[in-house]
Amino acid sequence: MDFIHSEEFLTELQRRQFRLSMACAASFLTALLALPLLNYFLPELMARRVGGFPFTWLLLGVLFFPLVWVISWIFIQRSIALERAEAELARRHAAANPR
Amino acid sequence: MTPILAAVDPWIFAFSFITVAATLVMGYWAAGKSRTASDFFVAGRGVSVGWNASAISGEYLSAASFMGVAGTVMSSGYDALWYPVCYACGYLFLLLFIAGPLRRFGAYTIPDFAEGRFDSPLFRKIAVIFVLFIGFFYTMPQMKGAGTTLAYVFKEITWFGTQGLPYWVGVVVVGSVITVNVAIGGMKGITLVQAFQYWLKLFAISTPIFVLIAVHGGYGSQLKKNETSQPTSVVVAANAQAQPTVLLASMTNGIRASLPASAPDDATWINPFGRLSSKAAKAAKLSAEESRPYALLYTYSLIIALVCGTAGLPHILVRFYTNPDGVAAKRTTMWVMILIGVFYLFPPVFGVLGRNLMPSLYEGIGSKGTDKVVLELPRILQGTWGSVLSGITCAGAFAAFMSTFSGLLVSMTGAIAHDVYGRILAPQSTATQRMQMFKWCAFGVGAVATVLGCFVEKLEINFMVGQAFAIAAASYFPLLFMSVWWRGMTMKGAATGMLAGGVCALGAVVVTNLSDLKLVDLATFWAAHPLVRILCEQPAIWCVPLAIALMVVVSRITRADVPSDIRMKMLVLHAPEALGLKQEYVREHEGH
Repeated sequence: MDFIHSEEFLTELQRRQFRLSMACAASFLTALLALPLLNYFLPELMARRVGGFPFTWLLLGVLFFPLVWVISWIFIQRSIALERAEAELARRHAAANPR
Repeated sequence: MTPILAAVDPWIFAFSFITVAATLVMGYWAAGKSRTASDFFVAGRGVSVGWNASAISGEYLSAASFMGVAGTVMSSGYDALWYPVCYACGYLFLLLFIAGPLRRFGAYTIPDFAEGRFDSPLFRKIAVIFVLFIGFFYTMPQMKGAGTTLAYVFKEITWFGTQGLPYWVGVVVVGSVITVNVAIGGMKGITLVQAFQYWLKLFAISTPIFVLIAVHGGYGSQLKKNETSQPTSVVVAANAQAQPTVLLASMTNGIRASLPASAPDDATWINPFGRLSSKAAKAAKLSAEESRPYALLYTYSLIIALVCGTAGLPHILVRFYTNPDGVAAKRTTMWVMILIGVFYLFPPVFGVLGRNLMPSLYEGIGSKGTDKVVLELPRILQGTWGSVLSGITCAGAFAAFMSTFSGLLVSMTGAIAHDVYGRILAPQSTATQRMQMFKWCAFGVGAVATVLGCFVEKLEINFMVGQAFAIAAASYFPLLFMSVWWRGMTMKGAATGMLAGGVCALGAVVVTNLSDLKLVDLATFWAAHPLVRILCEQPAIWCVPLAIALMVVVSRITRADVPSDIRMKMLVLHAPEALGLKQEYVREHEGH
């Protein structure tokens, strides 16, 4: 059994990928799921006008899209780097333990 | 009887006609170059990131995004903003958890994945059922868009003594044209056509807004006009709701035209928990304070449906494969996020402008209501410019429902011809027989979709799309998410969870629609049980956890059935493509 097919490699692989995806998902889900709560508990604050926009309208209708862009950019950069590191790790093991 | 062409605005007719003709011609031209199924799937190999990203975005933006979002923002205000935001977030969710592993696994469709992950042809057949359910629910709003647009383009003609083209005629015409086109193979998700349609849609939604804003004032200042009497407390909103029949003149600034009685008042419209989310509680005659928890529940259920449901749309996943390697696919996705995000900034502006400048649409019902605000609003600029801009938005609407309806029709027909006929009914059939069957299935599916489309004039486009997402969220999303990340899943667990979640969501949604279309009278029951009404109208909040829980429990009970080569499967799903495990896996499977 070589390293690539070992339990150890798979567990580590899945753990690192899941952690990255979860961290990114948590950041946008927190924003997405907190907004209704803010609207619910702090209606006056969220209805305050900013340049004509109610504050909560500005957040949801305009500023949410740049947030999604930032998160996807971070995820894509990190996930490309992660894949590269994993492939490198597997290759190093293969070179160190030739069958 | 007026001659047809004399009664139709020449600009609007010309733009619409050119869009339809260009789409059909480009489809034929490109289809002549690629004939086989594998050509279709690998169409994007060698296609640049920019083209591919435009094509994916073009396919993603349906009539719901183009017409529906604006219409719902106009009718429901703030609550409707969740739709465009969650459509974009849903795509992100797909990227984070599902797209990468499925790409590595080499599963082009969800039924492919279902079979490969559990080595079970039976499970493939079960998974196909939901392609059809979700597909039909997703074609209905496209058909509503088609009927609404044609009724608008031909509103001046005389049809057997009455003025205006009836809604159903538009549905039948568009349904037939696209069905015939798909059946004779003119349109199969061609990159070029889809990419062209993205830019057409973006141009069509943004140009009229820039012109309207230049003439009538910006997004912020238009929102500012919806400020009757600083609604700082809920009590004010409650008083306003208690007298819905009072005509609301714009009291503070006097700029906006007065709203008709059927329009929501400013406080309800611009603040969260308005007309959309508190409808059920309002029908139950609860006070504004009492109805807020219900509205919060509705909002969360809607968010879950839209964010999770994107993963289950049959025509979206295929496109993740049209890049030669994983890194290019990820770069493409980044551009897709930007392209769809930029697009989604505009439809809500249309809704806001529509409320201020064309409140008469609140009085229309069905295809004459707020869903046509995108088409009609540019006409307030008098003269040729109004017609030209309205023609441009009509062209965008045609692009929207044509691309999505064609894509869905291809997926659904493929599912029936390939899986139901080719694998279940006649496994011995030849390739020619299957091609023949594809054509007949296309006619069948197109006919059913058209008939269903004729019934839904009274339902809002966006509302119907939300329902399709809810069914996808409760069936395919748990299947994909759990199968990709949890190796303990068994076929029985996956099937039980998917069927239970999907069927519950489907049942709840059908009951809601039958009652909304007045085919079944449940008004008194809903009024007595507002909570049940919300859970039926937006079932995701209980169906998604139900499906996941069943998957875990049943998989635990049947844990002996976990596929024996599960470690290899998980490796293929998660290991970098550079290691070449997929090829090894395919070789091993062929060896058996």
